[in-house]
Amino acid sequence: MTLFGKRIPIFFSLVVWFVLWEIIGRTELSTITPPFSRVIAAGITIIPTQKFSVAVSISLRSFALGMALALLIGIPMGILMARVATIGKILGMWVNIFVSAPISALVPILMAVIGIGDTTVVVTVFLFAVFVIILDTQIGIKQADRSLVEMARCFGAKRHQVYTKILFLSALPEILAGVRLGVIRGVKGVVIGQLLIAILGVGELFELYSQHFLMEEFWALVLIVFMFAFVVSEAVALLERRVEYYAGSR
Amino acid sequence: MSADAIVEVNQVGKIYDGGVEALTNVSVALPHGRLSTLLGPSGCGKTTLLKIIAGLIPPSRGEVWVKGNKVDGPGPERAFVFQDFALLPWANVLRNVAFGLELRGLPKEERHQIARKHIAEVGLKTFESSYPHQLSGGMRQRVGLARALAIDADIILMDEPFSSVDEQTRRKFQEELLDLLRHKKKTVIFVTHSIEEAAYLSDQIVLLSARPGTISKIIQPSIDREGRSPDEIRRDKNYLDAVDEIWQILKHYV
Amino acid sequence: MSGPLKTDSVEQKGQITNPLFWQLLSFVLFFGLWELAGRWPISFAFPPFSRTFVALLSMIADGSLPKAYLSTLQPLIIGIVLCSIIGIAFGIGMGLSRAIEWLSLPIFIVLQAAPMAAIIPLITYMYGIGLTAKVLAVVVLAAPVIVMNSYKGIRNTNPSLLQMCRAFLGTRRQQVIKIILPHAGALIFAGLRLGLAMGFIGIVIAELLITPTGIGDLITYHSSVADYPKMFAAIVSIILLAALTIQALERLERKLFPPEMRGLGDVS
Repeated sequence: MTLFGKRIPIFFSLVVWFVLWEIIGRTELSTITPPFSRVIAAGITIIPTQKFSVAVSISLRSFALGMALALLIGIPMGILMARVATIGKILGMWVNIFVSAPISALVPILMAVIGIGDTTVVVTVFLFAVFVIILDTQIGIKQADRSLVEMARCFGAKRHQVYTKILFLSALPEILAGVRLGVIRGVKGVVIGQLLIAILGVGELFELYSQHFLMEEFWALVLIVFMFAFVVSEAVALLERRVEYYAGSR
Repeated sequence: MSADAIVEVNQVGKIYDGGVEALTNVSVALPHGRLSTLLGPSGCGKTTLLKIIAGLIPPSRGEVWVKGNKVDGPGPERAFVFQDFALLPWANVLRNVAFGLELRGLPKEERHQIARKHIAEVGLKTFESSYPHQLSGGMRQRVGLARALAIDADIILMDEPFSSVDEQTRRKFQEELLDLLRHKKKTVIFVTHSIEEAAYLSDQIVLLSARPGTISKIIQPSIDREGRSPDEIRRDKNYLDAVDEIWQILKHYV
Repeated sequence: MSGPLKTDSVEQKGQITNPLFWQLLSFVLFFGLWELAGRWPISFAFPPFSRTFVALLSMIADGSLPKAYLSTLQPLIIGIVLCSIIGIAFGIGMGLSRAIEWLSLPIFIVLQAAPMAAIIPLITYMYGIGLTAKVLAVVVLAAPVIVMNSYKGIRNTNPSLLQMCRAFLGTRRQQVIKIILPHAGALIFAGLRLGLAMGFIGIVIAELLITPTGIGDLITYHSSVADYPKMFAAIVSIILLAALTIQALERLERKLFPPEMRGLGDVS
């Protein structure tokens, strides 16, 4: 988009939206949209509070744990399913089902069995993220170039070397794509888990602010959490882009 | 053997965004009813020049005149054959060949009739209902050629049309192309990086230098094709001399 | 040319390749394991498969399950239809107009990554427990993916095809109708499929937070009276429904838009 002959980078359009938000907020068209400036102000006030930092640290911890589990279990699982046909055929159906199913429906079960607490949120994050990671890892390994494997064997590679030096790297673009989707789903897992379980965390804060119509705080938290989700997924996308260069010529 | 120029390129230059100067000061006249080839090392701008003549890319400097009119976009008198075929993957051969006519608004029956004629001409008669993914590379290129012939343009522009096929198919195509053109009296402007192909097919070869591309030399092989087999032609002295002359110039750019 | 691995993987000889066999085996194993796990004293709240199945049948028989689905599926369908019409139109607009793209793309990129579920409590507090709230929950969750997929379908049109259209003197309108839209069809459909998946998620969350309607209510009610077989049955039913519908759509998608016809087949 060009203005007065100079190209404006696309993220500047967000600025336009923020200005619009400010204007709409000031005209008090709707009770749920306070002016952007007040939202920012509210954000600045709540961030240093203890309630907020506790909620964020709990949420971050659950998120990190859940994601770590999803990666540690998901990636090897995907590799296993791609390489051992029997396992792939038996588990494949379930992975496909759970990739597109509303896992949030499972949260009540988790609550009943595991109890009400952070562990349940960790499991929720894990379940939200793991299936897409398994699926994409599986696809990535399956697509690995046969001639690369043959080449490695020619040069005397042992089995574990074939896995680490060839298969894993060859599948890395797909694996990272799955990880990025997994990360996005993981953030959803934290929020949804905390919303449904009604325990300490950002989910609970959302519920709280909505209930008491603390709109400025609500939107401030929305901005913070949404930005976090975006930043984390872009971080993975960055990694993805760094390996993308060889994706085309595999 | 001179013929009137149907395409006149006048001091054309092209600089892409980012400062890459693909062409500089290119001036050449391409004769009517003949096959002219643009040949040169990689990156010399031959495809760029072809697309400028086709009207798909605007020149940064200079103009191109076709049949006395200045070029400022594609026109019905110029047909393009793409290197990567550019066929609609969701349409069958018949619809693909008729596509140029479809864009002109010809009614279905009429354009299909014309398309069928040209499909038979390129030897794909039994493949009218096939889809591109069911065809080999060579067959897809024939579809591209049939599509270009179907709109009955005076000038056919071909962008490395045979580079994606194997050598045997390529030679066969070269034969068929010459055969086809003998009967049709069209002007063909051809881009290739194969010296042998250029020398074999062309009435005139325009050699471009390395980037930024400019006219290096114009060669006319003057091969007498009358009643001679392809193999004989490939042993003809004029052909071999042309190949050698081109190579002597091009090898400096490697 | 090299291709995907086949015989390199660890395989036994003489394998059964009928997919139906493996699916059945998979079901049997899964439900068998479930039965065992249920009987094991992991937790009082984890009923074995048999009791869950019986509970499912009884809920169908006494009408509570069908009634719940009537209440659940209504806003889901309305929401998806609304979202699709507006979302696809907007996505196409974004794809065709640089101005709209410049304004909207950053927002939708963020929205696609964001946990839109955070907005659902607000929706329920504003619009109460009725149809509107649920429809909005579906729309809010499904819209980003539908819009982005439609947009990508338009934007990623093979530039060679666009150039070809211009070379044969196609107008912009012809280019859009004959080349861009058919090409985008596959991604638009995929967007709808993903949007439906998000819609299911939205409706489940909305109902778990708002009572007393639909499947969500069945789940929370039976959970509160500790009737775990019935709670499980309700959960399993919605998961299966969602999974089956989306798989069916996937199959339809493969049939309507086979990869070879998208120009993604072999590029030789």
